[in-house]
Amino acid sequence: MSSDLVFGLYVFALATFVGYQVISRVPALLHTPLMSGTNAISGISLVGSLVAAGSQHGLLANVLGCIAVAAATINVVGGFMITDRMLRMFNARRPAAAAAQAPAHGSGANGTNGARTKSANGVDGTPGERRA
Amino acid sequence: MRDSLIDLAYLVASVLFILCLRGLSSPEKGKRGIFLGELGMLVAVVATLFKTEVVRYDFIVAGLLIGATIGVAISARLPMTKMPERIAFSHAFGGLATALVGIAEHVRVHEEMAHGAEPSRLVTGALGFEVFLGSLTFTGSIMAFGKLQGIVPGAPVTYKGQNVMNIGAFFGALGLLAWQIALPHEAPEWAFYTMTATGLALGVLAVLPIGGADMPVVISLLNSYAGLAACATGFALGSNILIISGALDGSSGFLLSILMSKAMNRSFTNVLFGAFGTGDSAGASATGKAPIRSYNEATIEDASAVLAAAQSVIVVPGYGMAVSQAQHAVRDLATVLEKRGCEVKYAIHPVAGRMPGHMNVLLAEANVPYDALYDLDMINDDFAHTDAVLVVGANDVVNPAAKNDTSSPIYGMPVFDVEASRSVIVLKRSMNSGFSGVDNELFYRPNTMMVLGDAKKSLIGLCSAMKDAH
Repeated sequence: MSSDLVFGLYVFALATFVGYQVISRVPALLHTPLMSGTNAISGISLVGSLVAAGSQHGLLANVLGCIAVAAATINVVGGFMITDRMLRMFNARRPAAAAAQAPAHGSGANGTNGARTKSANGVDGTPGERRA
Repeated sequence: MRDSLIDLAYLVASVLFILCLRGLSSPEKGKRGIFLGELGMLVAVVATLFKTEVVRYDFIVAGLLIGATIGVAISARLPMTKMPERIAFSHAFGGLATALVGIAEHVRVHEEMAHGAEPSRLVTGALGFEVFLGSLTFTGSIMAFGKLQGIVPGAPVTYKGQNVMNIGAFFGALGLLAWQIALPHEAPEWAFYTMTATGLALGVLAVLPIGGADMPVVISLLNSYAGLAACATGFALGSNILIISGALDGSSGFLLSILMSKAMNRSFTNVLFGAFGTGDSAGASATGKAPIRSYNEATIEDASAVLAAAQSVIVVPGYGMAVSQAQHAVRDLATVLEKRGCEVKYAIHPVAGRMPGHMNVLLAEANVPYDALYDLDMINDDFAHTDAVLVVGANDVVNPAAKNDTSSPIYGMPVFDVEASRSVIVLKRSMNSGFSGVDNELFYRPNTMMVLGDAKKSLIGLCSAMKDAH
C-alpha cells in the first residue's frame, strides 16, 4: 500500500461524505439542474486533459488530449450555461421572489390572477437576487 | 513554490464547487451557486495552464475553442423537452474525455517503462479503472441517448444468456486489469486495449436490455460512473481536485439512482438485469387474454364541463406531456381555471419522465410557479378532497395496480391516489398500454373519463371550450 493511495482514499472518502450531505439537501424540484450542474463540475477532467494536450510526450498524447479538452469543455461550458438557463425558469408565485421573466409563452397566458400578473411582470428591486 | 500556489488554487476551486452544489438547495440560491461553480472552474483551468508540464498551447487553445463553440451551440437554444438527451450526451463526452486522458497517460507511462522506469501499481490500477469506466460511460450514454431519441428501439432488447455474458465481460475486464497491476512488465499491451474495448462493448450491452421507462435510473447511474472515472483520473494523476469533483459527481449520481429506484420500488439489480417493461412478452399476454373492457370515452366538451364545475384541480404530468410538448398548453389551461377561482396544483412523481426532475423543468419553462409543484408525499392526501384530476400523458405513476395487484410488475411502486378524487380526466394518445406494457385499472373506473388524442391538442381544445363556456 503506497501512502499516495491512502492519502487519495482519505480525500475521496471525505469528499464523498460532503457530497452526500450537500446533495441530499437538493429538493426533487431541482434534480435536473443538479444533474447538469454536477455534469459541468465533472468537466474538471479538463485539468487532466489540458496537461495531456500541452505536454511534450509525443503527438499522440497531444491529439488525444486535444480531443479530451474539447469534450470536457463542451460539458463545462454547456453544463453551466444550461443549468443557469434552467434556474432562471424557476419562479415562485410569491411576488417577493418574482423575476422579470420573458412574457408568458403560449397564446392564452396573457392575463392571470393578481399574484401571477405581478410575478409575470416582474417587480424590480426585490430582495431575491433573481433579477434577470 | 509554483506547485504550491497551483495546489492552493485547486483547493479554492474545490471549495467553490461544493458551495455551487450547496446553492442548489433552493431555486433562489441556485444562480449564485452556479456562478461560484463557474468561478471555481476558471480558477482551476488558469492554474493548470501554469503547470510546468504544460509546454505547448496550440492543442489546448484548439480544444478549448472547439469545445466552447460546440458547448454554446448545443446549450443556447436547446428546448427543455430535450434535456434528457442532452444530459445523456454530456455524460458521453465526460466519459470520452476521461478515457482519452487515461489512454494518453497510459501511452506516456508505457514509454517511460520502455526507458527503464519502474511503473507504479497505483497509477496502473487507477488508469485501468479510469479508462474502463470512461469507455463504459461513453458508449452507455450514447446508447441511452439513442434510446431517448428513438434511434435505438426504446424497448428492452433481451436474448438468452445476456446477463451471464455481461457479467462475464465485466469480470474479464477486471481480470485483465489485475494482470497489468500484478505483472506490469509481463502483461502485454493488448491486455490494456482489450480491457478498453470490453468497456466500450459493455456500455452498449448493459444499456440494451433496459427499457425507456427506466431511463431515470440509468442516466443517474451513468452520472455516477462518469464521476467515478474522474475520481480514478485523480488517483492516476495524483490530483486532489479531480478526486474531490469526481466524488461529488459520483455521490450525486449514486444518490439520485437510489432515489429513482426507491420511487419505483425496485432494486438496482432489478433495474440493471430485470429487463422490465418489455411491452411484448408479459404485457401483451396480459392484455391479449383480457376481455375488451369498457371505458368512458369523453369528448372535449364533456371534460371541460367537469373542469368548469371544479373548485380544485390537480394536474399529473407524465412523459406524454414531454412527448407532445404540452407544458405550455397545461399552463394556459391552468390560467383559465385559476381565473375562474379554481385552485390548480401539480403532482410530480420522482420518476415521471425520462430523468430526475424532468417534469419540474418543463413546467418551470412554461412559467408554472414552482411552489405549485408538489412531491408525491406532499400531495397524496389531497386527492381525496379534489374535484378533478387531469392526467396528462402519465400512466404507471397513476396505476392503482401498484397498490392492490400483487401480480403486477409495478406492484409496490408508490403511486398517486388519483382515483380518490371526484373525477379523473385522462389525456392519452390511445388505449394502448403504456411503455411498461402494464394495463391500467384506472382507465376503466366509473369516475374516469378518457380523452383520447394528442395531449397538446386536447388541452388547447379544453382551453377554448372553457373560454366559450364563459
